[in-house]
Amino acid sequence: MSTVAAGELLATQELSAYYGSRQAVADVTIAFRRKAVTALIGPSGCGKTTLLRCLNRIHEINFDARVQGSVLLDGQDIYGGDMDPMAIRRRIGMVFQRPNPFPTLSILDNAIACAPKGLNRRGKLEAAERALRSAALWDEVKDKLKTSPLRLSGGQQQRLCIARAVAAQPEVLLMDEPTASLDPIATAVIEELMSSLCKEFTIVAVTHNMQQAARVSSVTAFMLADETGIGRLIEADDTGKLFTKPSDRRTEDYISGRFG
Amino acid sequence: MTAEPRFRRVARFVSPADRGFAAVVYAGSILFALLIVGLFVELVLGSWPSIVKFGPAFIFSSSWDPITSKFGALPMIFGTVMTSLIAIVLAAFIGIMAAVFLADFAPRWLGQPLSFLIELLAAVPSVVYGLWGLFVLAPFMRTTLGPALQHVLGWTPLFSGPIYGVGLLTGGIILALMIVPTVTAISRDVIVAIPRDLREASMALGSTKWETAMRVVLPAARVGIFGACVLALGRALGETIAVTMVIGNRPEISSSLFAPSYTLASVIANEFTEATTSIYTSALIELGLILFLVSMVVNALARLMIWSVRGSERV
Ligand SMILES: Nc1ncnc2c1ncn2[C@@H]1O[C@H](COP(=O)(O)OP(=O)(O)O)[C@@H](O)[C@H]1O
Ligand SMILES: [Mg+2]
Repeated sequence: MSTVAAGELLATQELSAYYGSRQAVADVTIAFRRKAVTALIGPSGCGKTTLLRCLNRIHEINFDARVQGSVLLDGQDIYGGDMDPMAIRRRIGMVFQRPNPFPTLSILDNAIACAPKGLNRRGKLEAAERALRSAALWDEVKDKLKTSPLRLSGGQQQRLCIARAVAAQPEVLLMDEPTASLDPIATAVIEELMSSLCKEFTIVAVTHNMQQAARVSSVTAFMLADETGIGRLIEADDTGKLFTKPSDRRTEDYISGRFG
Repeated sequence: MTAEPRFRRVARFVSPADRGFAAVVYAGSILFALLIVGLFVELVLGSWPSIVKFGPAFIFSSSWDPITSKFGALPMIFGTVMTSLIAIVLAAFIGIMAAVFLADFAPRWLGQPLSFLIELLAAVPSVVYGLWGLFVLAPFMRTTLGPALQHVLGWTPLFSGPIYGVGLLTGGIILALMIVPTVTAISRDVIVAIPRDLREASMALGSTKWETAMRVVLPAARVGIFGACVLALGRALGETIAVTMVIGNRPEISSSLFAPSYTLASVIANEFTEATTSIYTSALIELGLILFLVSMVVNALARLMIWSVRGSERV
């Protein structure tokens, strides 16, 4: 695994995740390339979402969830005893499978939901514009900033959620199948956005769509559940290499469509 | 871009069973409408002598003296509105906080039994609350809570004057206790129904559970919670026996929350059997009419507010 290198912004070591007594992910060690998109692919139920949710400590809000191993952010274990999960989550933003803007806030307030506090009106507007521009949404909503986000299309709502995450100025952006609920046109817009956002952020994106992984990512990690249903990392490599010359037999089977 | 699919209306076969069911449902709803109209007409007829004799002064006059046949409803309207206001303010605050705790903070082993207990509390007969109010709360108000409040807030007219134990505040607190289960149980259900997605969105932005509950979950649940409060307020307005036992039953308007007062429902319950003259009976029925109208207006206003909030949020 050529991509596992020291000095990356985000890396896991021997990471395992559990729901109660049920283990969902086992022994994942991977380093995510800085300012690039890493795609997590694999069949349904192989633990992609669970792994992703361990990376910003949102996994632990499930009442019986547990994590073993470590996740290093800038060399520091985010599961270390003195780490504040809230602070971690502000450094590692997340976009979910279904768009989830705050329904009672306006588009503007959604965009700056976690921008620095104490901004005046002008500062807020500027922060919102910056966030919305980086989510490629500004032109579409600049005339209706005060309206409800629920009036936007699904793709626009998802970009609003990206803007909201970006406004917190995180270092890493986690995306869990961000286009799973969108139509092809909206999907293309988001994919393009991911390619531009990775100039600024380290992105880890789950997808079960291999074409998407090939289009947007520079590194792809393939996960698979073993016979007991525990998800494991099979291999991670440059996307081009993984799709043409995978080193593991199971990866080859998966990308050639023999299962999953 | 993910537009809702549009369905075309297609003429369909309606089975006789469906028709029959529809007829029953329609008949049922018409019956309810008739019942309400009938009740209203009956109240107007019964109070007609009093309406004719006293006119609008009935509502604005504050003397209630059956001996001299002077009937003014203002003290009772005041008592009813004040006790209900005290009750809903206390119950909304406590009930909503309890609902947030039960829905988002309590561990399962605690949340389930607590929710059950609270629903049980709603089933306690009001006369039992009344007894408790009379023998426990009223003395406590006279000896401890009242003096303490007066010590801190005595400079406002609301908390000045002699403390009898029974009075507006005691009545309001009893009412609050009675309606808190309603507020809690419904609010809890509404909060539980808020999608997990939203909570996760907020947590993933680095908010604490508490911030998430206050800034995201409660706002998203506000329409339903408001509905819960209105339902509870309706119960508070009409509640009779428990309030009658602790409010002091004196038809006077005082600026102090410690002063004895009277409510519309209490007067009717207390005096109907001793109403000897027909104008006295008629005046009592007019009190009932006023209570009926106040409840209707409160519910109508609430409905309007819910619609306007929904209208501004929905597509
Ligand atoms: N909240 C949960 N409680 C218990 N098991 C879960 C929960 N969420 C996911 N799982 C289990 O963990 C495994 C991995 O799920 P997930 O990470 O969602 O897979 P993927 O995202 O790759 O489809 C699955 O077997 C699933 O059943
Ligand atoms: Mg998933």
